[in-house]
Amino acid sequence: MPSRVLILFAHPAYEKSRIHRQLAAAVRSLPGVTFHDLYEAYPDQDVDVPREQALLEAHDVIVFQHPFYWYSVPPLLKQWMDLVLEHGWAYGSAGRALEGKVLQIAMTAGGREMAYGPEGFNRFTFREFLIPIEATARLCRMEFREPWVRAGTHEMTPAASQQAAADYAALIQRLMGAP
Amino acid sequence: MQGFLLSATVYLAAAVISVPLAKRLGLGSVLGYLIAGVLIGPAVLGFVGAEGQDVMHAAEFGVVMMHFVIGLELEPALLWRLRGALMGLGGSQVALTALLVMAAGLALGQSWRPALAIGLILALSSTAIVLQTLQEKGWMKTDAGEKGFAVLLFQDLAVIPILALLPLLALAAPESVGGAAGAVSSAAASAAADAHDPAAWASQLPGWQRTLVTLGAVGLLVAIGSTVVPWVFRQIARARLRETFTAAALLFVIGIAVLMQFVGLSPALGTFLGGVVLANSEFRHELESDLEPFKGLLLGLFFIAVGASIDFGLIGSRLGAVIGLVAGLVFVKFAVLWVLGRVTRMSTDQHLLFALALAQGGEFAFVLLSFATQNAVLPTAIADLLVAAVALSMAITPLLLLVWERVIAPRTGTREATAREHDTPEEEHPVIIVGFGDFGSSVGRLLNAAGVGTTVLDLDSDRVEVLRRLGLRVYYGDAGREEMLRSAGAERARLVILCIGNAEANLALAQRIKHLFPHLTILARASGRLAAYELLELGVPHVYRESLDAAMRLGTDALRLLGRRGHSSWRLAQGFRRRDEETLHRLATVFRDRQAHLSQAREAIRDLEASLRSDQEARAQRDDTAWDAETLRQEFGAAAPPASNERGGA
Repeated sequence: MPSRVLILFAHPAYEKSRIHRQLAAAVRSLPGVTFHDLYEAYPDQDVDVPREQALLEAHDVIVFQHPFYWYSVPPLLKQWMDLVLEHGWAYGSAGRALEGKVLQIAMTAGGREMAYGPEGFNRFTFREFLIPIEATARLCRMEFREPWVRAGTHEMTPAASQQAAADYAALIQRLMGAP
Repeated sequence: MQGFLLSATVYLAAAVISVPLAKRLGLGSVLGYLIAGVLIGPAVLGFVGAEGQDVMHAAEFGVVMMHFVIGLELEPALLWRLRGALMGLGGSQVALTALLVMAAGLALGQSWRPALAIGLILALSSTAIVLQTLQEKGWMKTDAGEKGFAVLLFQDLAVIPILALLPLLALAAPESVGGAAGAVSSAAASAAADAHDPAAWASQLPGWQRTLVTLGAVGLLVAIGSTVVPWVFRQIARARLRETFTAAALLFVIGIAVLMQFVGLSPALGTFLGGVVLANSEFRHELESDLEPFKGLLLGLFFIAVGASIDFGLIGSRLGAVIGLVAGLVFVKFAVLWVLGRVTRMSTDQHLLFALALAQGGEFAFVLLSFATQNAVLPTAIADLLVAAVALSMAITPLLLLVWERVIAPRTGTREATAREHDTPEEEHPVIIVGFGDFGSSVGRLLNAAGVGTTVLDLDSDRVEVLRRLGLRVYYGDAGREEMLRSAGAERARLVILCIGNAEANLALAQRIKHLFPHLTILARASGRLAAYELLELGVPHVYRESLDAAMRLGTDALRLLGRRGHSSWRLAQGFRRRDEETLHRLATVFRDRQAHLSQAREAIRDLEASLRSDQEARAQRDDTAWDAETLRQEFGAAAPPASNERGGA
């Protein structure tokens, strides 16, 4: 039985994004995928906790799809984490709702790949910047997968962004195949 | 009186039976009226006879009113944009057609004078049939529709010089132009643009004075139309006298027609101008909807009269000649329009539509032909033949357009791009706002700030006046009337926003719109809980209690002034609001049952208040555990919070 995938999409200016439109278009109508546009659902940041928890419980793979803002996630996704991942439900001695589920990050960054590293302009790797998410997954007993990152979107050609969308769809397909 | 009632019965019955049938068969209302006319005319049932011609003159007033309504829909700016098409296309169409028809006349053995007269007369097309058909099919805003309209407008202008020219083409000197007055135009309010009607007072003046009078009359019309008339309408609207408003609208239109006839100008042109002058006023939609039934009935009557006046006796006796004339007329006009369309680079299907739509003789030809025989320009025999040919060419126009719609357009496939939509004569917006008080205007300003166009209707004429002075596009009108909603663009809008302060009026309107325009999504203001229940019960899902959001904001600020943190107060209000809305929807299903409603409401209020009573109780009800570290402290012990405590910062 294929895994059910929940994509939590967080982009405060979706209509201005070029790359995320293509990424979203490539996956949003795939069978077995629930595409959840957080900024569309909660324009007032008032996250509906019971609804979100029910969604998480109904899926096996959770994907965070978002742009990289200030070396981190967009604020609504952080708000979502603050509110939804409750003690006693997501973590703590009684919190096992997410145990064994997969957490996959699918992220884009404007700067080039080479800017992220010990020698690069930003000094740290993507993996290092994403340590808080990785730790969150660990605390919630989730399986943290290697983040899928497409960098250099500021200067990405249409052909390259199409390729990125195809890669992303393939990643989601793989996640559905074998958890 | 009895005779009048009897013929009214015949005409109305013919229309009531044949028009719906024609529409059902996809033929359009114009063809339905024409067929009705033929049926009741002398050729078939013989219910109406010789008076058909008189009826036609009276019904031509429908054409005059149509020009007024067209003028209303045309803002001066758009008219200015069409000026190239008007002069270029219109001018060349009239000139080329007249010359070609004249050449044909010469070839058939006419001398040049009658040939030129025939050419000029046949160059005109039928505004009534073309515009009615285009409007009915929704083609007015296509490229072909706009250009066709420009050509028709030019033809209206051209009638005046043609009328001036015709007497000069007389074979013999006219016996007495001053004598036979009423013969040209029997009905006082006829569209007959008889500049030379001796009744026209100005025709007795020398040339330069006549020019002055003409300019003076147009100036007067523009001046009165832009100052006095809106003021009068405003007074009447303030007094809420609906019938008087309709009467005033009719008075204005008929007054213009009379004034124009008095100075020897075309009434149709005058009312068109009157319409343009009022196009920017707040009464535009109201006038449109008031005059619409009159215009429609009179136009229908006009089409019936055209159908009834087709002289099948004459056609039968000279079948070859009539068929030849009709075919020749349609072909020549089509050819000229085709060439002009080519020059202006229209797309194939639009090009064809443009050429087909205008390829007929017009109602002005009837007037001009009888005028020409009177002035001894044309012999009666030829004029009668031409009248029959023009009437037939008018009757086949809807058929030609039907062929275009069914056969040609689907094949050529180059339909108009929808991108043209926004620069169209009628401004059409996706949103209609009804009621533009403090509430409605706030909504409207927000939407406008987001670049969303809104059409605003309000029934308070004082307010409308003030808002228009501020530069807002607000129209005076009663949105409860179907015609009003239609002319505000309800058929193509997506949302209608009801912001009327009176709950009952709002509810009644919601009910009506749901019935008339089921495609529209309704967003409604509700004055309070009860109004909201009623709207929800009606099936309007988007209901907004006007006091709720303001109350929540006030409550938030009150909490902050009492020392609560801003964010906590705000989140509390947010949660409170959400649950109150949920309660509203739940109670809406039982509010008619007093007992059930009371008990459920009591329970709901208790729940809601509980969340406010104390932090402790709120937490017990899982009201808002966000950023709450209580359970963490319990699990790990308050003394030594672990490093993994992500919540609430410990």
